[in-house]
Amino acid sequence: MNKAIAIFTKESFLVPVIAIILGLLVGAIAMLAGGFNPILAYTALVEKVFGSAYNFGETIRQITPLIFTGLAVAFAFRTGLFNIGAEGQFIVGMVAATTVGVAFELPAIIHAPLAILAGAIAGGLWGSVAGYLKAKRGVNEVITSIMMNWIALYLANWVMNSFFVPKGQQRSEMVHDSAIITITWLSQMFDNARLHWGTLIAVLAAIFFYVIMWKTRTGYELRAVGLNPHASEYAGMNVNRNVIKAMFISGLFAGIGGAAEILGVFHYQAILTAQPGYGFDGIAVALIGGNTPIGVILGAILFGILSFGAAGIKFTAGVPVELIRVVIASVIFFVAAHGIVKVFVKPILKKKEGGN
Amino acid sequence: MDWATVASNLVHDTIVFSTALIFAALGGLYSERSGVVNIALEGMMIIGAFTGAVITNVIQDSGSIAPWIGFIAAAIAGAIFALPHAVASITFKADQVVSGVALNFLAAGLAVYLTKIIYNGAGQTTTLTEVFDKWEIPGLAEIPYLGHALFEAYPTSFLAFIIVFLTWFLLFKTSFGLRLRAVGEHPRAADTVGINVKRMRYIAVMISGALAAMGGATITLTTTSNFSHNTISGQGFIALAALIFGKWHPAGAMGAALFFGIAQAIKALVQVYGLTQYVPTEFIFMLPYVLTILVMAGFVGRSSAPAALGKPYETGSR
Repeated sequence: MNKAIAIFTKESFLVPVIAIILGLLVGAIAMLAGGFNPILAYTALVEKVFGSAYNFGETIRQITPLIFTGLAVAFAFRTGLFNIGAEGQFIVGMVAATTVGVAFELPAIIHAPLAILAGAIAGGLWGSVAGYLKAKRGVNEVITSIMMNWIALYLANWVMNSFFVPKGQQRSEMVHDSAIITITWLSQMFDNARLHWGTLIAVLAAIFFYVIMWKTRTGYELRAVGLNPHASEYAGMNVNRNVIKAMFISGLFAGIGGAAEILGVFHYQAILTAQPGYGFDGIAVALIGGNTPIGVILGAILFGILSFGAAGIKFTAGVPVELIRVVIASVIFFVAAHGIVKVFVKPILKKKEGGN
Repeated sequence: MDWATVASNLVHDTIVFSTALIFAALGGLYSERSGVVNIALEGMMIIGAFTGAVITNVIQDSGSIAPWIGFIAAAIAGAIFALPHAVASITFKADQVVSGVALNFLAAGLAVYLTKIIYNGAGQTTTLTEVFDKWEIPGLAEIPYLGHALFEAYPTSFLAFIIVFLTWFLLFKTSFGLRLRAVGEHPRAADTVGINVKRMRYIAVMISGALAAMGGATITLTTTSNFSHNTISGQGFIALAALIFGKWHPAGAMGAALFFGIAQAIKALVQVYGLTQYVPTEFIFMLPYVLTILVMAGFVGRSSAPAALGKPYETGSR
């Protein structure tokens, strides 16, 4: 039995690593097919990210929202729910933060935290709609949260157009300085890369994730409900309430992510023409990170580097930036279809066991 | 302009916009009726829109046959593109939602990547000179108002309605359809009576890819005349909504697709007639999604999925 567990843990580490390698290979094949040099491109990607202080800082900016949405998706996964709606929760977090940031005038010490809190609660409530419908009406949360993503997008545009966007423009008024969470001195150190407190909050959120999930009764109940709702019910837990709670907490993470993006990076909200994509990337991050907080941070770093470094492969190797979407998609695919990956893993494990 | 003309235009536009949704929703129907969740409709539509535009572009010197060849090529590309989803979710028993998400990502990335390679870095295909022309049903199209509304449409629209009927016939009047539904409702029972569950599901997923891609190609070959990164933005999800709203039934899915098509037609009309001051366009866009949630939640009728939807089948499992 122990041996089986050992193999499982080995696999849970090996699967993402091999999925990443396979994903990069798919990218390389796509580049070769397009007449590009993959080695040159991947080198350019790394050089782009680590080449200058500004680019390094901007990569951190890129990583931050991915940690939030990754945590959102991972938290729900741990409780047996698939939160494909991190996208929508991220958007309503943006709207709430913009609203508080533009409409209110408060001292900085209250304003910024209030704006973030508003984003968190908006995200949480948006998420809990899917939770409520699952708990009370038995509706699959995947479908509702997909629909909620699109509702969020149009609702956000309506709120912005109705209240915050000056006539004829495509973005809201600026949020007040008191609500801004940019770290000016740090940004200056990185040649004005848009660094903000949101990154620190993301790391704290990962710790919060760990503590609530594994060190509290709430977390125990959430996991139990995720593993076996019937047994949990029998043990006296309120399954319905736990489902709603799980989606609320999951949405909190994504909502803060959206708020931080407004308050730390843009300082205004643009009219959305498409989904921002962080929520969907969060699915990739959570999967590659094995739904653990540390895994999510590592996954976000990987996808953040890939996304930001994409500009480098365009500039140096002439490869269209969309190639990186192909790589990320392939990684998700191989993590999902880990049966395919195991075909590659098996020989490696056999070799190791051969020594015994 | 009088109201009869407005109504006539509205119905006409509704059919134009609904056609792609009907194709894609029917695509979803095959896959989901066989028990395989398909949230990759969006990605399959992207592949169809891209392939249709590129192939037609390449052969458009051959004249009005070109969009037809582009359309067929799109269907083939869609079926091939659906294959990884089938392999992952049927053979390797992967999470079908995650696999679908991956395919949506892949389609969006791959189609624009290839567009940029083929068109020397441009973000869209060159505008097609040869696309589908509207057909007029002789005689019927002459009827005032009604003719323009119903009997003057792109050939793809007529084809979509024919496929709705064929799908209904196939699903409910043939043994193939019975097997397909059995595999989606109770795969073990189907297996017991000798139906090859996995093969049925492979066939269903590939038909699904072909039809969804035809939906995507409809958009590039009738309305947009080119493919770019935002040619398909959400139509696949509206089609999924239509499938659910239509309770996994061909006629229902068609009805829902027509209904959601109205939303897009109204959007086009309000811009022409300046009605936006009464109803914000954002709320019109939202409607399909809100209605789907209400239906799913049982506030507006009940909709229940095929019983084995999303469950991989292990031969011989209980």
